[in-house]
Amino acid sequence: MAEHSSEQIEKVITDSLVSFGANADDINREAELTALDIDSLDLAELSQIIEEQFGVELTSGDVAEIATVGDAIDLVAERTAGA
Amino acid sequence: MNDVVVTGVGAVTPLGIGATTLHERWAAGICGIEDGEGRCREFVATEHLSVKDARRADRFTQLALVASIEALADAGWGDALPYDAGRIGSIIGTGIGGIGTIELNDRAMFDNGPKSVSPLAVPLMMGNAAAAAVSMRHGLRGPAFGTVSACSSGADAIGTAVRAIRHGDALAVVTGGAEAALTPLSRAAFGALDALSKIGISRPFDARRDGFVMGEGAGVLVLEDGEAARARGARILGVVRGYGATADAHHVTAPHPTGQGAAAAITRALEDAGAAPTEIVYVNAHGTSTPLNDRAETIALKTALGEHAKAIPVSSTKSAIGHLLGAGGAVEAIATILALRAGLIPPTLGWAERDPELDLDYVPDRARPLDLADGQRPIAISNSFGFGGHNAVLCLEAT
Repeated sequence: MAEHSSEQIEKVITDSLVSFGANADDINREAELTALDIDSLDLAELSQIIEEQFGVELTSGDVAEIATVGDAIDLVAERTAGA
Repeated sequence: MNDVVVTGVGAVTPLGIGATTLHERWAAGICGIEDGEGRCREFVATEHLSVKDARRADRFTQLALVASIEALADAGWGDALPYDAGRIGSIIGTGIGGIGTIELNDRAMFDNGPKSVSPLAVPLMMGNAAAAAVSMRHGLRGPAFGTVSACSSGADAIGTAVRAIRHGDALAVVTGGAEAALTPLSRAAFGALDALSKIGISRPFDARRDGFVMGEGAGVLVLEDGEAARARGARILGVVRGYGATADAHHVTAPHPTGQGAAAAITRALEDAGAAPTEIVYVNAHGTSTPLNDRAETIALKTALGEHAKAIPVSSTKSAIGHLLGAGGAVEAIATILALRAGLIPPTLGWAERDPELDLDYVPDRARPLDLADGQRPIAISNSFGFGGHNAVLCLEAT
C-alpha cells in the first residue's frame, strides 16, 4: 500500500470535518473534536472516508482513542505507513 | 376536560416558506404546482438550519424542523420553554419517511457494495426521524413519536396530540406532518399504481380530474392545554375541537364507494367536538383530484352533514399545492385555521367543469368571504384519508 503524505491525510480529514459542519477556521492539530462538535456518528463517517481514501480500516476502538484532529492525522499516518 | 388550543403554526409548502404565505398565496389563487409536481422550490435547508443539522436530516425532517421553528416562534415560545420540558411532546406524522435517503443508499450499495452505505442512513430514513429531530432541536422531553397512516398521518398526529394533552400526558405538543417523496422510486411507484394525474393538473372535484399531483412539505402546530395557555397569556389562534378516526376495512387503495368510513370519521369528530353538523361553516376537503376519492368524499360529506353539506363552502388545498401525503393533514389543518381567522375561504383552483355526481359548492375561481350569521362561530372540518382505508377528521374552530 502506498504511503500517504501527512499533508494529504490532513487535507482529507479537514475537508471531512468541514463537510460535517465544523468551522474550518477552528480546525488545527490541537483542536479537540468535541469542541468542533464532532460526535460518534461523524467519526463513523470519517472512518468510512478514510477507508475509502487510504484503504485503512479503523475500528470503533481506534476511533474512541481520537481526541484531537492531530490524533486522527497521526493514527491514519501510522496505519498507512505500517500497512 | 380542558380544551386544546392552537398557539402557533408553521409551514413549508410548494407555495413558499411560512404558514401565512400558504394562506395568502392560496387565497390569491396562486398555484404552487409546476411541471406536474408541488415541490418546495423556495426551500434551501441551510438557509434555516446549520450544516450539521441539515445533513443529519432527510429532506422530510428538514422541512419539519423549519416548520417547527416557525411554529414555536409564532407561539411566542422564546428561548425558554413555557412548561417543564417533560410535559411537552413531539408527534410528527409521515406517510413514507426518508425515502430519498433510502434510494441514495440503495443506489450506493448497488454500485459500490455494502461498505458504501452511510452511517447516517438509519437515523435519516426512519419514520420517527422528524419527531425525534423536533424533540432534540427544541429540547422537548415529553411523548415523542411518529404516526403512520399514509395520507392521514398528519391529521392523526394532531388528533393523537390532542388526546395526549386531554389525557394529561402533556401540557403542550409540537405536532404535524412532513413528507419529501418527490423521488424517482416514489414517483414510479405511485405512477405504477395509476394514482397520479397524467396531465399533471390537480383539480379536485372537477369532472376532468384524472389523479393526484404529488407534493412535498411540512406543517407543524403548537398545541397547548387551553388553561395553561391562557394562564401564560398566550395568543390563541384556534381550538382543536374534535378528532375522529376510522378505517374503511375495504380496500388497500380505493376508498369505500359510499364513503361510509369517511362519513363515520366526520360524525365522530363532530361528536368529539360537541358540534352539530349545522354548525360547520367550511369544509377543507381531502379533495385529491382522483376520480374515486372526490366522489366518495362528496357522498361522505352529504351522509355526515345531511342537507347542510350543500349550503357550505368545500375547498381543497391540494388544488394549490398538490398532495403532500403524510404532511397533507397538518398543512391543511393550518390552512383551515388561517382561512377561518381571515374570514376568507380560498378556492378550489382549476375547478370549472361540474361532475354531475358531485353537487357541493366547491368554491370555484376565487376566494370567498366567510359569511357568518350573528353569533355563528367559525367552525370547520378538515378531512384526511389515506391508502389502507384510514380516515382522520379534525374539527377546528378559530378564535
